[in-house]
Amino acid sequence: MPTPSRYWREIPQRYRLEAQKCKNCGVVLFPPRLICPECKSRDFEDTKLAEKGKVLTYTIIRVPPHQFVDQAPFAVGIMELDDGVKLTGQIVDCDFEDLKIGLRVKIEFRKIFEEGGSGILCYGYKFVPDM
Amino acid sequence: MRDVAVIGVGITKWGELWEKSLRDIFVETALLALDDAGIDRIESMYVGCMSSGLFVGQEHIASLLADYLGQTPVPSARVETACASGGLALRLGYMEVASGMSDVVLVGGVEKMTDVNGYEATYALGSAADQEYEGYHGITFPGLYALIARAHMEKYGTTREQMALVAVKNHKNGAKNPLAQFPFEITVDSVLNSVMVADPLRILDCSPITDGAASVIICPVEMARKMKKPVIKVIGSGHATDMIALNQRKDMTWLEATYQAGRQAYDMADKRPEDIDLLEVHDCFTIAEICVIEALGMVEKGQGGKAVEDELTYIEGKIPVNPSGGLKAKGHPVGATGVAQVIEIVKQLSGDAGERQLKDPRIGMTQNMGGSGGSTVVHIFERE
Ligand SMILES: [Zn+2]
Repeated sequence: MPTPSRYWREIPQRYRLEAQKCKNCGVVLFPPRLICPECKSRDFEDTKLAEKGKVLTYTIIRVPPHQFVDQAPFAVGIMELDDGVKLTGQIVDCDFEDLKIGLRVKIEFRKIFEEGGSGILCYGYKFVPDM
Repeated sequence: MRDVAVIGVGITKWGELWEKSLRDIFVETALLALDDAGIDRIESMYVGCMSSGLFVGQEHIASLLADYLGQTPVPSARVETACASGGLALRLGYMEVASGMSDVVLVGGVEKMTDVNGYEATYALGSAADQEYEGYHGITFPGLYALIARAHMEKYGTTREQMALVAVKNHKNGAKNPLAQFPFEITVDSVLNSVMVADPLRILDCSPITDGAASVIICPVEMARKMKKPVIKVIGSGHATDMIALNQRKDMTWLEATYQAGRQAYDMADKRPEDIDLLEVHDCFTIAEICVIEALGMVEKGQGGKAVEDELTYIEGKIPVNPSGGLKAKGHPVGATGVAQVIEIVKQLSGDAGERQLKDPRIGMTQNMGGSGGSTVVHIFERE
């Protein structure tokens, strides 16, 4: 359950897809870090995630965490974006039968879940088929 | 460093233990271990526990458990690496005895998981993943392993039936373990027709929610030799990490931390995969056992599914895996699992494993894994 400050801290990544590129080895990191896990450099430049990519693997969550109960069943996958970044997210607007490894997808900004009747509405990126 | 041996073990029946508290289930097993070792005092203790805070609202169990075990003021530490907490407790206890700092150390593990409802238990277990970049998107632990399973099926042609066979095999073993939570056999059909949790994993691919604890006593090997029972030495110890989020890893079908921890343990013990007579590994989900035996070098990359289909990993096979019933049948009280694995190896190497006893094994291995593979601890044991 995100508190307001915990939610607010992640907004640059979840709303604006802010990432970083290592100035030494060129890897794109998401979320940003203080040290590059590839080359240990601490020198980065700001970048933004590529908004298109493909599905590397996926599942359909049928027994969800409680804040996702009203959405189940729903698909979650690991996507590889065209800049090499890999990230986890929901795959929506896609029939389950059409899900497959290699499916081309693009990022859209969506509501992720609601914290009950009076809590935070939590937003972020989801993936939709890129027709 | 000094050689270290296990001189006492204690474990009780696992399951939904409504009438017992966290402190009760731990102290029961610790007393059994003390009795088995024939001692009533220890110099220090390490207890693996993943999430007593979320499961029972109790932190600082290092003090609580030393207190209720009647051992204050001995030093006591709670150890946490998610589901690998118990294995890590052994490694830290081992280091303390091997270094000469202490002679007699108690290593335990405990998790009391049924005081909360299913959603709360799912949330607590989910906290072993990256909460901001995995959990935030609704992924669960079965979901993470389902992502691994789908990738493994795609890359290596691993089949749904091969995964089911892991559960069938482990229940076949667990049926002979009176302390198991689910000591009965199941069939491939029952796995394939059980409720879908996260495609392609079904409920009978998943280890259960369990209350349980386990304890062992370790000491220098010279001390163990004075006892009238087989001397079971710790001859290798390995511990490694990987990126916490599955999506950050280069190959989602490969458990790098397990590979690295295994390599350390093999090097230290001067053994190779073919020297190992039996293994207790972390089958939190059926696909996990398949990936683990690949990362430990028991089979080639991608051949873990075929290994169970060919019955290599059955008790009668060339590489017996999880004779105790594994997490699947024995239960999975997360912090206790790594210590219970040690107990099964000690029992097997001592010829004390009852109906599921292997024929005269001499060298055994444990592999205990946290999260989706972000932490792994491996140990190798040998009967003198
Ligand atoms: Zn770099």
